[in-house]
Amino acid sequence: MTLRSEESRTSPVVVDQEERQRAVKARIDKIGSWLMPAIVMIAAVWFWDRIVVWNEIPHYILPGPGRVLGSFIEDWRILFPALVVTLQITFMALAVAVIGGVGLSVLFTQSRFVEMSLFPYAVILQVTPVVAIAPLIFIYVDSRIVGLLICAWVVAFFPVLSNTTLGLNSADHNLRDLFRIYGATRWQRLRFLQLPAALPYFLGGLRIAGGLALIGAIVAEFVAGTGGIGSGLAFTILEAGYRLNITRMFAALILIAVTGVIIFTVLSFISHMLLRNWHESAVKKEK
Amino acid sequence: MNNQKPSTKSAATPLGLRPKLLEMRSIAKVFAEDVVALSDMSLTVNVGDFISLLGPSGCGKSTALRLIADLIHPTTGRIAWSETEHNHTISVVFQEPTLMPWATVGENVWLPFRLASRSYRSCRDEIMEALRLVSLENFEKSYPRELSGGMKMRTSIARALITHPSIMLMDEPFAALDEINRFKLNHDLLQLKEKIGCTVIFVTHSVFESVFLSDRIVVMAARPGRVHRELTIEQPYPRSDSFRTSAEYSAYCRTASEALQEAMGETN
Repeated sequence: MTLRSEESRTSPVVVDQEERQRAVKARIDKIGSWLMPAIVMIAAVWFWDRIVVWNEIPHYILPGPGRVLGSFIEDWRILFPALVVTLQITFMALAVAVIGGVGLSVLFTQSRFVEMSLFPYAVILQVTPVVAIAPLIFIYVDSRIVGLLICAWVVAFFPVLSNTTLGLNSADHNLRDLFRIYGATRWQRLRFLQLPAALPYFLGGLRIAGGLALIGAIVAEFVAGTGGIGSGLAFTILEAGYRLNITRMFAALILIAVTGVIIFTVLSFISHMLLRNWHESAVKKEK
Repeated sequence: MNNQKPSTKSAATPLGLRPKLLEMRSIAKVFAEDVVALSDMSLTVNVGDFISLLGPSGCGKSTALRLIADLIHPTTGRIAWSETEHNHTISVVFQEPTLMPWATVGENVWLPFRLASRSYRSCRDEIMEALRLVSLENFEKSYPRELSGGMKMRTSIARALITHPSIMLMDEPFAALDEINRFKLNHDLLQLKEKIGCTVIFVTHSVFESVFLSDRIVVMAARPGRVHRELTIEQPYPRSDSFRTSAEYSAYCRTASEALQEAMGETN
Protein backbone atom coordinates (compact mmCIF):
# COMPACT_ATOMS: atom_id res chain seq x y z
CA MET A 1 0.00 0.00 0.00
CA THR A 2 2.69 2.49 1.05
CA LEU A 3 4.82 1.53 -1.90
CA ARG A 4 2.02 2.17 -4.32
CA SER A 5 1.12 5.53 -2.90
CA GLU A 6 4.78 6.57 -3.00
CA GLU A 7 4.94 5.55 -6.58
CA SER A 8 1.84 7.40 -7.60
CA ARG A 9 3.05 10.54 -5.90
CA THR A 10 6.36 10.66 -7.69
CA SER A 11 5.31 9.57 -11.15
CA PRO A 12 3.54 12.13 -13.36
CA VAL A 13 -0.14 11.65 -14.07
CA VAL A 14 -0.45 9.08 -16.81
CA VAL A 15 -3.68 8.50 -18.65
CA ASP A 16 -4.02 4.77 -18.76
CA GLN A 17 -4.53 2.75 -21.89
CA GLU A 18 -8.23 2.22 -21.33
CA GLU A 19 -9.00 5.91 -20.88
CA ARG A 20 -6.97 6.81 -23.96
CA GLN A 21 -8.88 4.27 -26.01
CA ARG A 22 -12.14 5.66 -24.67
CA ALA A 23 -11.14 9.19 -25.71
CA VAL A 24 -10.17 8.03 -29.18
CA LYS A 25 -13.43 6.14 -29.52
CA ALA A 26 -15.42 9.19 -28.47
CA ARG A 27 -13.69 11.29 -31.11
CA ILE A 28 -14.29 8.69 -33.81
CA ASP A 29 -17.96 8.53 -32.82
CA LYS A 30 -18.28 12.29 -33.04
CA ILE A 31 -16.76 12.51 -36.52
CA GLY A 32 -18.60 9.42 -37.66
CA SER A 33 -21.98 10.78 -36.67
CA TRP A 34 -21.89 13.25 -39.56
CA LEU A 35 -19.30 11.59 -41.80
CA MET A 36 -21.18 8.31 -42.18
CA PRO A 37 -24.47 9.84 -43.38
CA ALA A 38 -22.47 12.08 -45.72
CA ILE A 39 -20.69 9.09 -47.24
CA VAL A 40 -24.00 7.26 -47.67
CA MET A 41 -25.47 10.34 -49.35
CA ILE A 42 -22.56 10.72 -51.76
CA ALA A 43 -22.58 7.00 -52.55
CA ALA A 44 -26.32 7.03 -53.18
CA VAL A 45 -26.15 10.03 -55.49
CA TRP A 46 -23.21 8.49 -57.35
CA PHE A 47 -25.07 5.17 -57.66
CA TRP A 48 -28.18 6.97 -58.88
CA ASP A 49 -26.10 8.76 -61.50
CA ARG A 50 -24.42 5.51 -62.60
CA ILE A 51 -27.70 3.65 -62.93
CA VAL A 52 -29.05 6.36 -65.18
CA VAL A 53 -25.89 6.40 -67.32
CA TRP A 54 -25.30 2.63 -67.46
CA ASN A 55 -28.87 1.77 -68.34
CA GLU A 56 -29.29 4.78 -70.60
CA ILE A 57 -32.53 5.66 -68.87
CA PRO A 58 -34.25 8.59 -70.57
CA HIS A 59 -34.64 11.69 -68.38
CA TYR A 60 -38.45 11.64 -68.65
CA ILE A 61 -38.38 8.37 -66.74
CA LEU A 62 -35.49 8.89 -64.33
CA PRO A 63 -33.38 12.03 -64.55
CA GLY A 64 -29.83 11.93 -63.23
CA PRO A 65 -28.78 13.97 -60.21
CA GLY A 66 -27.03 16.52 -62.43
CA ARG A 67 -30.25 17.26 -64.29
CA VAL A 68 -32.20 17.64 -61.05
CA LEU A 69 -29.61 20.09 -59.82
CA GLY A 70 -29.98 21.97 -63.08
CA SER A 71 -33.72 22.06 -62.59
CA PHE A 72 -33.25 23.82 -59.26
CA ILE A 73 -31.53 26.66 -61.09
CA GLU A 74 -33.76 26.68 -64.19
CA ASP A 75 -37.08 26.27 -62.39
CA TRP A 76 -36.22 28.37 -59.37
CA ARG A 77 -38.77 31.00 -60.46
CA ILE A 78 -41.46 28.31 -60.22
CA LEU A 79 -40.12 26.41 -57.23
CA PHE A 80 -39.36 29.32 -54.95
CA PRO A 81 -42.84 30.92 -54.90
CA ALA A 82 -44.32 27.44 -54.42
CA LEU A 83 -41.97 26.84 -51.50
CA VAL A 84 -43.00 30.14 -49.95
CA VAL A 85 -46.69 29.18 -50.22
CA THR A 86 -46.08 25.77 -48.65
CA LEU A 87 -44.00 27.30 -45.88
CA GLN A 88 -46.68 29.88 -45.18
CA ILE A 89 -49.33 27.23 -44.78
CA THR A 90 -47.04 25.01 -42.74
CA PHE A 91 -46.12 27.72 -40.27
CA MET A 92 -49.61 29.11 -40.00
CA ALA A 93 -50.91 25.61 -39.33
CA LEU A 94 -48.14 25.03 -36.79
CA ALA A 95 -48.94 28.31 -35.05
CA VAL A 96 -52.64 27.45 -34.88
CA ALA A 97 -51.75 23.94 -33.72
CA VAL A 98 -49.63 25.35 -30.90
CA ILE A 99 -52.27 27.88 -29.84
CA GLY A 100 -55.08 25.34 -30.13
CA GLY A 101 -53.14 22.46 -28.62
CA VAL A 102 -51.76 24.37 -25.65
CA GLY A 103 -55.02 26.25 -25.12
CA LEU A 104 -57.06 23.08 -25.13
CA SER A 105 -54.67 21.23 -22.85
CA VAL A 106 -54.73 24.09 -20.34
CA LEU A 107 -58.51 23.94 -20.49
CA PHE A 108 -58.30 20.18 -19.92
CA THR A 109 -56.23 20.55 -16.77
CA GLN A 110 -58.56 23.22 -15.42
CA SER A 111 -61.63 21.07 -15.81
CA ARG A 112 -61.66 17.31 -15.86
CA PHE A 113 -65.14 17.36 -17.35
CA VAL A 114 -63.96 19.30 -20.38
CA GLU A 115 -61.16 16.78 -20.79
CA MET A 116 -63.52 13.82 -20.45
CA SER A 117 -65.94 15.32 -22.96
CA LEU A 118 -63.49 16.43 -25.64
CA PHE A 119 -60.45 14.17 -25.50
CA PRO A 120 -62.05 11.19 -27.28
CA TYR A 121 -62.96 13.45 -30.20
CA ALA A 122 -59.43 14.75 -30.42
CA VAL A 123 -58.34 11.12 -30.72
CA ILE A 124 -60.94 10.41 -33.39
CA LEU A 125 -59.77 13.43 -35.34
CA GLN A 126 -56.21 12.20 -35.04
CA VAL A 127 -56.75 8.60 -36.14
CA THR A 128 -58.86 9.51 -39.16
CA PRO A 129 -56.52 9.93 -42.15
CA VAL A 130 -56.43 13.53 -43.30
CA VAL A 131 -56.80 12.52 -46.97
CA ALA A 132 -60.21 11.14 -46.04
CA ILE A 133 -61.36 14.34 -44.37
CA ALA A 134 -59.77 16.80 -46.78
CA PRO A 135 -62.24 16.44 -49.70
CA LEU A 136 -65.12 17.21 -47.36
CA ILE A 137 -63.33 20.21 -45.92
CA PHE A 138 -62.81 21.60 -49.41
CA ILE A 139 -66.50 21.20 -50.17
CA TYR A 140 -67.61 23.23 -47.17
CA VAL A 141 -64.80 25.76 -46.97
CA ASP A 142 -64.70 28.28 -49.78
CA SER A 143 -61.29 29.75 -49.17
CA ARG A 144 -58.56 27.46 -50.43
CA ILE A 145 -56.01 28.79 -47.96
CA VAL A 146 -58.36 28.25 -45.03
CA GLY A 147 -59.09 24.71 -46.22
CA LEU A 148 -55.39 23.89 -46.45
CA LEU A 149 -54.84 25.41 -43.06
CA ILE A 150 -57.58 23.31 -41.48
CA CYS A 151 -56.15 20.12 -42.97
CA ALA A 152 -52.62 20.86 -41.82
CA TRP A 153 -53.92 21.84 -38.40
CA VAL A 154 -55.91 18.62 -37.99
CA VAL A 155 -52.71 16.63 -38.48
CA ALA A 156 -50.41 18.82 -36.43
CA PHE A 157 -52.35 19.76 -33.34
CA PHE A 158 -52.70 16.36 -31.72
CA PRO A 159 -49.09 15.79 -30.66
CA VAL A 160 -49.04 19.27 -29.14
CA LEU A 161 -52.31 18.62 -27.32
CA SER A 162 -51.51 15.17 -25.96
CA ASN A 163 -47.92 15.98 -24.99
CA THR A 164 -48.80 19.25 -23.29
CA THR A 165 -51.68 17.64 -21.41
CA LEU A 166 -49.33 14.93 -20.19
CA GLY A 167 -46.77 17.57 -19.20
CA LEU A 168 -49.26 19.73 -17.31
CA ASN A 169 -50.37 16.71 -15.31
CA SER A 170 -46.86 15.52 -14.61
CA ALA A 171 -45.90 18.28 -12.16
CA ASP A 172 -44.47 16.84 -8.96
CA HIS A 173 -47.18 15.98 -6.42
CA ASN A 174 -45.23 17.26 -3.46
CA LEU A 175 -44.71 20.55 -5.26
CA ARG A 176 -48.46 20.76 -5.80
CA ASP A 177 -48.94 20.25 -2.07
CA LEU A 178 -46.36 22.93 -1.38
CA PHE A 179 -48.21 25.34 -3.65
CA ARG A 180 -51.40 24.58 -1.76
CA ILE A 181 -49.75 25.13 1.61
CA TYR A 182 -48.48 28.52 0.46
CA GLY A 183 -51.94 29.42 -0.75
CA ALA A 184 -51.21 29.57 -4.48
CA THR A 185 -54.07 30.51 -6.78
CA ARG A 186 -55.03 28.37 -9.77
CA TRP A 187 -53.36 30.83 -12.06
CA GLN A 188 -50.13 30.83 -10.00
CA ARG A 189 -50.07 27.05 -10.00
CA LEU A 190 -50.50 27.00 -13.76
CA ARG A 191 -47.99 29.74 -14.42
CA PHE A 192 -45.23 28.81 -11.99
CA LEU A 193 -45.61 25.04 -11.73
CA GLN A 194 -47.58 23.33 -14.47
CA LEU A 195 -46.47 25.30 -17.51
CA PRO A 196 -42.74 25.06 -16.74
CA ALA A 197 -43.13 21.36 -15.93
CA ALA A 198 -44.93 20.86 -19.27
CA LEU A 199 -42.32 22.70 -21.33
CA PRO A 200 -40.13 19.69 -22.20
CA TYR A 201 -43.20 17.66 -23.14
CA PHE A 202 -44.62 20.52 -25.20
CA LEU A 203 -41.34 20.95 -27.08
CA GLY A 204 -41.25 17.23 -27.84
CA GLY A 205 -44.76 17.54 -29.26
CA LEU A 206 -43.79 20.65 -31.19
CA ARG A 207 -40.97 18.84 -33.00
CA ILE A 208 -43.36 16.16 -34.17
CA ALA A 209 -46.01 18.75 -35.04
CA GLY A 210 -43.54 20.72 -37.20
CA GLY A 211 -43.02 17.74 -39.49
CA LEU A 212 -46.69 16.85 -39.46
CA ALA A 213 -47.76 20.39 -40.35
CA LEU A 214 -45.62 20.16 -43.48
CA ILE A 215 -47.08 16.76 -44.34
CA GLY A 216 -50.58 18.09 -43.71
CA ALA A 217 -49.99 21.09 -45.95
CA ILE A 218 -48.67 18.89 -48.78
CA VAL A 219 -51.36 16.23 -48.50
CA ALA A 220 -54.11 18.81 -48.37
CA GLU A 221 -52.83 20.45 -51.50
CA PHE A 222 -52.78 17.16 -53.34
CA VAL A 223 -56.43 16.76 -52.47
CA ALA A 224 -57.29 20.36 -53.25
CA GLY A 225 -55.82 19.86 -56.69
CA THR A 226 -56.22 22.78 -59.07
CA GLY A 227 -54.21 25.76 -58.05
CA GLY A 228 -52.79 28.09 -60.66
CA ILE A 229 -51.30 31.13 -59.02
CA GLY A 230 -50.48 30.89 -55.35
CA SER A 231 -50.13 27.14 -55.11
CA GLY A 232 -47.48 25.28 -53.23
CA LEU A 233 -44.92 22.55 -53.82
CA ALA A 234 -47.47 19.72 -53.87
CA PHE A 235 -49.25 21.32 -56.79
CA THR A 236 -45.89 21.84 -58.49
CA ILE A 237 -45.35 18.08 -58.26
CA LEU A 238 -48.84 17.34 -59.61
CA GLU A 239 -48.46 19.75 -62.47
CA ALA A 240 -44.96 18.55 -63.36
CA GLY A 241 -46.35 15.02 -63.33
CA TYR A 242 -49.03 15.90 -65.89
CA ARG A 243 -46.32 17.39 -68.11
CA LEU A 244 -44.04 14.37 -67.57
CA ASN A 245 -41.44 16.78 -66.21
CA ILE A 246 -39.96 14.18 -63.87
CA THR A 247 -36.90 16.33 -63.23
CA ARG A 248 -38.98 19.09 -61.69
CA MET A 249 -40.91 16.53 -59.68
CA PHE A 250 -37.63 15.39 -58.16
CA ALA A 251 -36.54 18.95 -57.50
CA ALA A 252 -39.81 19.76 -55.70
CA LEU A 253 -39.63 16.50 -53.77
CA ILE A 254 -36.09 17.19 -52.59
CA LEU A 255 -37.11 20.72 -51.64
CA ILE A 256 -39.93 19.33 -49.47
CA ALA A 257 -37.61 16.85 -47.78
CA VAL A 258 -34.99 19.51 -47.10
CA THR A 259 -37.66 21.84 -45.72
CA GLY A 260 -38.84 19.11 -43.36
CA VAL A 261 -35.31 18.51 -42.12
CA ILE A 262 -34.75 22.24 -41.60
CA ILE A 263 -38.00 22.61 -39.66
CA PHE A 264 -37.06 19.70 -37.43
CA THR A 265 -33.54 21.05 -36.88
CA VAL A 266 -34.74 24.56 -36.05
CA LEU A 267 -37.34 23.25 -33.60
CA SER A 268 -34.76 20.95 -31.99
CA PHE A 269 -32.43 23.90 -31.62
CA ILE A 270 -35.15 26.02 -30.02
CA SER A 271 -35.94 23.15 -27.69
CA HIS A 272 -32.30 22.78 -26.74
CA MET A 273 -31.91 26.49 -26.03
CA LEU A 274 -34.99 26.58 -23.81
CA LEU A 275 -34.07 23.49 -21.81
CA ARG A 276 -30.30 23.62 -21.68
CA ASN A 277 -30.15 25.03 -18.17
CA TRP A 278 -32.16 22.41 -16.43
CA HIS A 279 -33.60 19.51 -18.35
CA GLU A 280 -31.79 16.20 -18.52
CA SER A 281 -32.44 15.84 -22.24
CA ALA A 282 -30.52 19.02 -23.05
CA VAL A 283 -27.80 18.89 -20.43
CA LYS A 284 -24.39 17.70 -21.56
CA LYS A 285 -23.24 14.67 -19.67
CA GLU A 286 -20.49 15.53 -17.24
CA LYS A 287 -17.97 12.91 -16.37
CA MET B 1 -34.29 40.81 14.29
CA ASN B 2 -37.87 39.92 14.99
CA ASN B 3 -37.17 36.20 15.04
CA GLN B 4 -34.45 36.48 17.62
CA LYS B 5 -36.57 37.00 20.67
CA PRO B 6 -38.68 33.86 20.61
CA SER B 7 -35.63 31.83 19.61
CA THR B 8 -33.62 32.40 22.75
CA LYS B 9 -36.74 32.04 24.82
CA SER B 10 -38.09 28.83 23.41
CA ALA B 11 -34.73 27.09 23.28
CA ALA B 12 -34.11 27.78 26.93
CA THR B 13 -37.62 27.14 28.17
CA PRO B 14 -37.97 23.74 29.84
CA LEU B 15 -40.42 21.34 28.24
CA GLY B 16 -43.28 21.81 30.69
CA LEU B 17 -43.32 25.61 30.53
CA ARG B 18 -43.59 26.19 26.83
CA PRO B 19 -46.73 27.87 25.52
CA LYS B 20 -49.09 25.66 23.58
CA LEU B 21 -48.97 25.91 19.78
CA LEU B 22 -51.54 23.43 18.63
CA GLU B 23 -53.51 20.51 19.85
CA MET B 24 -54.65 17.45 17.93
CA ARG B 25 -57.81 16.34 19.70
CA SER B 26 -58.65 12.64 19.27
CA ILE B 27 -58.18 12.73 15.57
CA ALA B 28 -59.15 9.86 13.30
CA LYS B 29 -58.65 9.69 9.59
CA VAL B 30 -60.34 7.03 7.51
CA PHE B 31 -59.56 6.93 3.83
CA ALA B 32 -61.88 5.61 1.18
CA GLU B 33 -62.29 1.81 1.20
CA ASP B 34 -62.21 1.85 4.98
CA VAL B 35 -58.48 2.18 5.45
CA VAL B 36 -58.02 3.56 8.95
CA ALA B 37 -54.87 5.65 8.61
CA LEU B 38 -55.13 7.15 12.06
CA SER B 39 -57.35 6.31 14.98
CA ASP B 40 -57.79 8.55 17.99
CA MET B 41 -54.57 10.50 17.94
CA SER B 42 -54.11 13.23 20.50
CA LEU B 43 -51.00 15.34 20.66
CA THR B 44 -50.17 18.72 22.10
CA VAL B 45 -47.43 20.63 20.34
CA ASN B 46 -45.76 23.47 22.23
CA VAL B 47 -43.83 26.39 20.84
CA GLY B 48 -40.21 25.35 20.45
CA ASP B 49 -40.80 21.60 20.62
CA PHE B 50 -38.79 19.27 18.46
CA ILE B 51 -41.10 16.28 18.15
CA SER B 52 -40.21 13.12 16.28
CA LEU B 53 -42.95 10.83 15.07
CA LEU B 54 -41.32 7.42 15.10
CA GLY B 55 -42.94 4.28 13.84
CA PRO B 56 -43.13 1.54 11.23
CA SER B 57 -44.56 2.28 7.82
CA GLY B 58 -48.33 2.49 7.78
CA CYS B 59 -48.56 3.97 11.27
CA GLY B 60 -49.99 7.25 10.01
CA LYS B 61 -46.93 9.45 10.56
CA SER B 62 -47.23 11.16 7.21
CA THR B 63 -51.01 11.33 7.52
CA ALA B 64 -50.57 13.23 10.79
CA LEU B 65 -48.30 15.72 9.04
CA ARG B 66 -50.70 16.18 6.16
CA LEU B 67 -53.50 16.80 8.66
CA ILE B 68 -51.51 19.49 10.43
CA ALA B 69 -50.57 21.04 7.09
CA ASP B 70 -54.31 21.20 6.31
CA LEU B 71 -53.80 19.24 3.10
CA ILE B 72 -56.39 16.70 4.29
CA HIS B 73 -59.06 16.99 6.93
CA PRO B 74 -59.73 14.70 9.88
CA THR B 75 -62.68 12.31 9.72
CA THR B 76 -63.38 12.97 13.39
CA GLY B 77 -61.70 15.14 15.98
CA ARG B 78 -60.08 18.46 15.30
CA ILE B 79 -56.84 20.38 15.27
CA ALA B 80 -56.95 23.44 17.48
CA TRP B 81 -54.32 26.12 17.03
CA SER B 82 -53.64 28.31 20.02
CA GLU B 83 -55.33 31.72 20.09
CA THR B 84 -52.08 33.59 19.45
CA GLU B 85 -51.42 31.52 16.34
CA HIS B 86 -54.44 32.31 14.21
CA ASN B 87 -52.04 33.62 11.56
CA HIS B 88 -49.85 30.56 11.72
CA THR B 89 -47.53 29.73 8.86
CA ILE B 90 -46.53 26.19 7.98
CA SER B 91 -43.56 24.90 6.07
CA VAL B 92 -42.99 21.41 4.81
CA VAL B 93 -39.81 19.58 3.92
CA PHE B 94 -40.45 16.35 2.04
CA GLN B 95 -38.36 13.23 1.68
CA GLU B 96 -37.38 14.37 -1.78
CA PRO B 97 -35.91 17.88 -2.06
CA THR B 98 -38.95 18.78 -4.23
CA LEU B 99 -37.22 21.62 -6.04
CA MET B 100 -38.33 23.11 -9.31
CA PRO B 101 -35.60 21.98 -11.73
CA TRP B 102 -36.20 24.92 -14.08
CA ALA B 103 -35.52 27.49 -11.36
CA THR B 104 -32.24 28.46 -9.71
CA VAL B 105 -31.56 27.83 -6.05
CA GLY B 106 -32.44 31.44 -5.25
CA GLU B 107 -35.68 31.25 -7.20
CA ASN B 108 -36.64 28.01 -5.46
CA VAL B 109 -36.15 29.61 -2.07
CA TRP B 110 -38.13 32.62 -3.31
CA LEU B 111 -41.21 30.44 -4.00
CA PRO B 112 -43.25 31.15 -0.83
CA PHE B 113 -42.79 34.88 -1.33
CA ARG B 114 -43.33 34.67 -5.06
CA LEU B 115 -46.71 33.10 -4.38
CA ALA B 116 -47.38 36.01 -2.04
CA SER B 117 -46.72 38.28 -5.04
CA ARG B 118 -43.43 39.68 -3.82
CA SER B 119 -40.75 40.44 -6.36
CA TYR B 120 -37.40 38.68 -6.23
CA ARG B 121 -35.60 41.93 -5.68
CA SER B 122 -37.76 43.02 -2.77
CA CYS B 123 -37.03 39.84 -0.84
CA ARG B 124 -33.49 39.18 -2.02
CA ASP B 125 -32.08 39.95 1.44
CA GLU B 126 -34.31 37.34 3.01
CA ILE B 127 -33.43 34.81 0.31
CA MET B 128 -29.73 35.34 0.90
CA GLU B 129 -30.26 35.18 4.66
CA ALA B 130 -32.04 31.82 4.31
CA LEU B 131 -29.29 30.54 2.00
CA ARG B 132 -26.65 31.66 4.48
CA LEU B 133 -28.40 29.69 7.22
CA VAL B 134 -27.87 26.50 5.20
CA SER B 135 -24.41 27.60 3.92
CA LEU B 136 -25.51 27.88 0.30
CA GLU B 137 -24.99 31.63 -0.13
CA ASN B 138 -22.61 31.01 -3.04
CA PHE B 139 -25.12 28.93 -4.99
CA GLU B 140 -27.93 31.44 -5.51
CA LYS B 141 -27.62 31.23 -9.30
CA SER B 142 -27.01 27.47 -9.55
CA TYR B 143 -29.60 25.05 -10.85
CA PRO B 144 -30.68 22.10 -8.69
CA ARG B 145 -29.08 19.56 -11.04
CA GLU B 146 -25.71 21.12 -10.29
CA LEU B 147 -26.06 20.38 -6.58
CA SER B 148 -25.37 17.24 -4.57
CA GLY B 149 -28.20 15.43 -2.78
CA GLY B 150 -27.34 17.05 0.55
CA MET B 151 -27.22 20.54 -0.98
CA LYS B 152 -30.59 20.03 -2.65
CA MET B 153 -32.05 19.08 0.70
CA ARG B 154 -30.50 22.18 2.28
CA THR B 155 -32.09 24.31 -0.44
CA SER B 156 -35.39 22.71 0.45
CA ILE B 157 -34.82 23.57 4.11
CA ALA B 158 -33.91 27.16 3.22
CA ARG B 159 -37.18 27.45 1.31
CA ALA B 160 -39.03 26.18 4.38
CA LEU B 161 -37.23 28.61 6.70
CA ILE B 162 -37.67 31.77 4.68
CA THR B 163 -41.20 32.41 5.90
CA HIS B 164 -40.19 32.06 9.58
CA PRO B 165 -42.83 29.35 9.97
CA SER B 166 -44.71 28.76 13.21
CA ILE B 167 -44.10 25.08 12.61
CA MET B 168 -41.88 23.14 10.27
CA LEU B 169 -43.14 19.73 9.19
CA MET B 170 -40.41 17.39 8.01
CA ASP B 171 -41.44 14.14 6.38
CA GLU B 172 -38.43 11.79 6.53
CA PRO B 173 -36.29 14.54 5.02
CA PHE B 174 -32.95 12.75 5.24
CA ALA B 175 -34.06 9.19 4.55
CA ALA B 176 -32.72 9.25 0.99
CA LEU B 177 -29.29 10.57 1.94
CA ASP B 178 -26.17 8.59 2.73
CA GLU B 179 -25.19 8.31 6.37
CA ILE B 180 -22.36 10.85 6.30
CA ASN B 181 -24.65 13.46 4.80
CA ARG B 182 -27.46 12.52 7.14
CA PHE B 183 -25.29 13.02 10.23
CA LYS B 184 -24.11 16.34 8.90
CA LEU B 185 -27.62 17.53 8.18
CA ASN B 186 -28.82 16.32 11.59
CA HIS B 187 -26.12 18.44 13.13
CA ASP B 188 -26.91 21.44 10.91
CA LEU B 189 -30.61 21.13 11.62
CA LEU B 190 -30.05 21.33 15.37
CA GLN B 191 -27.84 24.39 14.92
CA LEU B 192 -30.52 25.99 12.78
CA LYS B 193 -33.11 25.26 15.40
CA GLU B 194 -30.92 26.93 18.00
CA LYS B 195 -30.57 29.97 15.79
CA ILE B 196 -34.18 30.50 14.82
CA GLY B 197 -35.97 28.42 17.43
CA CYS B 198 -38.89 27.20 15.38
CA THR B 199 -41.12 24.29 16.25
CA VAL B 200 -40.43 21.10 14.35
CA ILE B 201 -42.37 17.90 13.79
CA PHE B 202 -40.04 15.38 12.29
CA VAL B 203 -41.21 12.10 10.82
CA THR B 204 -38.63 9.35 10.78
CA HIS B 205 -38.22 5.61 11.04
CA SER B 206 -34.73 5.90 12.49
CA VAL B 207 -34.48 5.50 16.25
CA PHE B 208 -31.01 7.06 16.31
CA GLU B 209 -32.06 10.10 14.35
CA SER B 210 -35.11 10.71 16.55
CA VAL B 211 -33.13 10.46 19.78
CA PHE B 212 -30.37 12.75 18.54
CA LEU B 213 -32.69 15.44 17.25
CA SER B 214 -35.79 15.66 19.34
CA ASP B 215 -36.85 16.48 22.86
CA ARG B 216 -40.07 14.50 22.47
CA ILE B 217 -40.47 11.22 20.63
CA VAL B 218 -43.96 10.02 19.80
CA VAL B 219 -43.78 6.29 19.08
CA MET B 220 -46.62 5.18 16.84
CA ALA B 221 -48.12 1.80 16.02
CA ALA B 222 -49.64 0.68 12.75
CA ARG B 223 -52.93 -0.75 11.54
CA PRO B 224 -54.73 1.26 12.69
CA GLY B 225 -52.24 4.13 13.04
CA ARG B 226 -52.17 5.41 16.61
CA VAL B 227 -49.91 6.83 19.29
CA HIS B 228 -48.28 4.05 21.24
CA ARG B 229 -46.15 5.96 23.72
CA GLU B 230 -44.42 9.24 24.20
CA LEU B 231 -40.82 9.57 25.36
CA THR B 232 -38.97 12.65 26.52
CA ILE B 233 -35.30 13.16 25.79
CA GLU B 234 -34.02 15.32 28.64
CA GLN B 235 -30.66 16.11 27.05
CA PRO B 236 -30.46 19.91 26.75
CA TYR B 237 -29.66 21.72 23.52
CA PRO B 238 -27.26 22.51 21.99
CA ARG B 239 -26.35 18.88 21.48
CA SER B 240 -22.91 18.28 20.11
CA ASP B 241 -21.81 15.25 18.15
CA SER B 242 -20.33 13.85 21.36
CA PHE B 243 -23.91 13.23 22.50
CA ARG B 244 -24.03 10.52 19.85
CA THR B 245 -21.36 8.51 21.61
CA SER B 246 -22.51 9.15 25.20
CA ALA B 247 -24.00 6.56 27.53
CA GLU B 248 -27.24 8.57 27.86
CA TYR B 249 -27.67 8.48 24.12
CA SER B 250 -27.34 4.69 24.08
CA ALA B 251 -29.80 4.40 26.94
CA TYR B 252 -32.34 6.62 25.19
CA CYS B 253 -31.89 4.66 21.98
CA ARG B 254 -32.53 1.41 23.83
CA THR B 255 -35.68 2.79 25.45
CA ALA B 256 -36.91 4.11 22.12
CA SER B 257 -36.10 0.83 20.35
CA GLU B 258 -37.98 -1.12 23.00
CA ALA B 259 -40.97 1.18 22.66
CA LEU B 260 -40.85 0.72 18.91
CA GLN B 261 -40.64 -3.06 19.31
CA GLU B 262 -43.68 -2.98 21.59
CA ALA B 263 -45.54 -0.84 19.09
CA MET B 264 -44.75 -3.26 16.30
CA GLY B 265 -45.52 -6.25 18.51
CA GLU B 266 -48.97 -4.83 19.19
CA THR B 267 -49.65 -4.77 15.49
CA ASN B 268 -48.93 -8.43 14.92
